[in-house]
Amino acid sequence: MSEVVIDLPVLDPDSKPFWESCRRHEMALQRCAACGQFRFPPRVTCPHCLSEEYTWTPVRGRGTVYTFVTFHHVYHKAWADKAPYNVSMIELEEGPRLWSNVVGIAPEEVTVGMPVEIFYEDVTDEVALPKFRPAGR
Amino acid sequence: MASRLKGKFAIVGVGETKLGKLPDWTTLGLHLDAIKRAVEDAGLKIQDVDGLVTNQPLEDTHRSYAVRVAHAAGINPTYATDLALGGATPCAMVQHAVMAIDAGLCKTVVCVHARKQATRHQTPTRGQPLRDGEEDFEEPFGLYGAVVNHAMAARRHMFEYGTKSEDLAEIAVATRGHACLNPAATMRKPITVADHQGSRWIVEPLRLLDCCLVSDGGGAVVVTSAARAKDLRRPAVYVLGFGQHHPHFSLLEARSLTTLGGKVSAERAFKMAGLRPSDMHFAEIYDCFTITTLITLEDYGFCKKGEGKDWVKNGRIALGGELPVNTHGGLLSQAHIEGMLHVTEAVRQLRWDDVEPERQAKECRYGVVSGHGAALSMHATLVLGREPA
Ligand SMILES: [Zn+2]
Repeated sequence: MSEVVIDLPVLDPDSKPFWESCRRHEMALQRCAACGQFRFPPRVTCPHCLSEEYTWTPVRGRGTVYTFVTFHHVYHKAWADKAPYNVSMIELEEGPRLWSNVVGIAPEEVTVGMPVEIFYEDVTDEVALPKFRPAGR
Repeated sequence: MASRLKGKFAIVGVGETKLGKLPDWTTLGLHLDAIKRAVEDAGLKIQDVDGLVTNQPLEDTHRSYAVRVAHAAGINPTYATDLALGGATPCAMVQHAVMAIDAGLCKTVVCVHARKQATRHQTPTRGQPLRDGEEDFEEPFGLYGAVVNHAMAARRHMFEYGTKSEDLAEIAVATRGHACLNPAATMRKPITVADHQGSRWIVEPLRLLDCCLVSDGGGAVVVTSAARAKDLRRPAVYVLGFGQHHPHFSLLEARSLTTLGGKVSAERAFKMAGLRPSDMHFAEIYDCFTITTLITLEDYGFCKKGEGKDWVKNGRIALGGELPVNTHGGLLSQAHIEGMLHVTEAVRQLRWDDVEPERQAKECRYGVVSGHGAALSMHATLVLGREPA
């Protein structure tokens, strides 16, 4: 793989199963065994009912753009040749929202509410990043 | 419930350091200078102070911050604490001071905040901002900085209510107009809507002129009981109402991106004060970005949700208008001391003899101050008045 210069996640006991599921290209999120709700970011208790019982449950990888921005300012040199680039808050069908990039479309063509679907970008042997593109393209 | 405390406590001293780029000052030095100015303004000696509330500066963190600063200043406190509510901290500090005095822990409290964000100490152990713990889910996607969260909210506000970048420009222009009247402000050149629209995107839909300054400096206030306040050098400014609300931490889990903690926080503060938004003669609204001012004005009930874009126009939020907002120039154009100067400015306005005559909100008796922090996640409110009731 090419030299990685972007900041990568540090896997901890809470987040490791999430990142491992992305590495397998089948994202799974914690789903509460007591109340059935999904949650993200990962943690040991359910924010809806405080249960510690949960399963890592695969999600479909479909959702919509809840809101988005276009980064023009470069905060980190790894992104210098990508600016202007999209960062979106993706609302998954299962409920939770996560940060990602909508790619395969010009930043100015992204809209709030746009349906998107997941794909994975292998970055290292340990990390694949969940990214999104317009659904059905 | 809390209305038992209405008007029983007062701000009796305020102080601000020099502002801007201050490479010759340490963070601690700025704290001490702010404390000295506020204590002397109150006509007190440092030995009269027995409580201290600090806000550990993100860029220069130390253990046990409040006690370190207390003893550096010569305060021997029976109450000391360090609050970490971001830009909501200054309003929350005054609330803690009131609670501590009411509980009998101390009699006179200094609340202080200073920072060196513009000229940081760049050594391995200094100048590394604290992280918030969410970065593992942000940085791999190129999400960095404080602008992005507010840009996300701005985009959502635009989607839900049709707000435009040109509407946000009105806030930047009005705020700069006030800074032009304030000799202590960093940015004193007038700007127009066209200047705003011509400024570059930072994180679209926010432009450079939607963003606050990066500053060095500090401010402090002295809080004591209304009874003790009567004998002091300067007119007391009374704490009539306060509130807080912190509706999420990660923006991913926000219930809304366009109605924030300000709604509940202000409802509680106005209820405690027995006042309505329309009773306010000015507002010092935390303005890390123009969108923050807009959302807060709506959340506080000055206008309906979504109507802020028109409400802020035609001079309404300028001095001389219906509700002067950020009479000092705010974080956008005076300096960014995380809202500490919103509190000191509100006190000076209510004294009537403490700001340049052209910057005075005429015959103001009530003012509201907002504080807002982190990923639009924390909020605190103060309602202040010239009289205790
Ligand atoms: Zn649950």
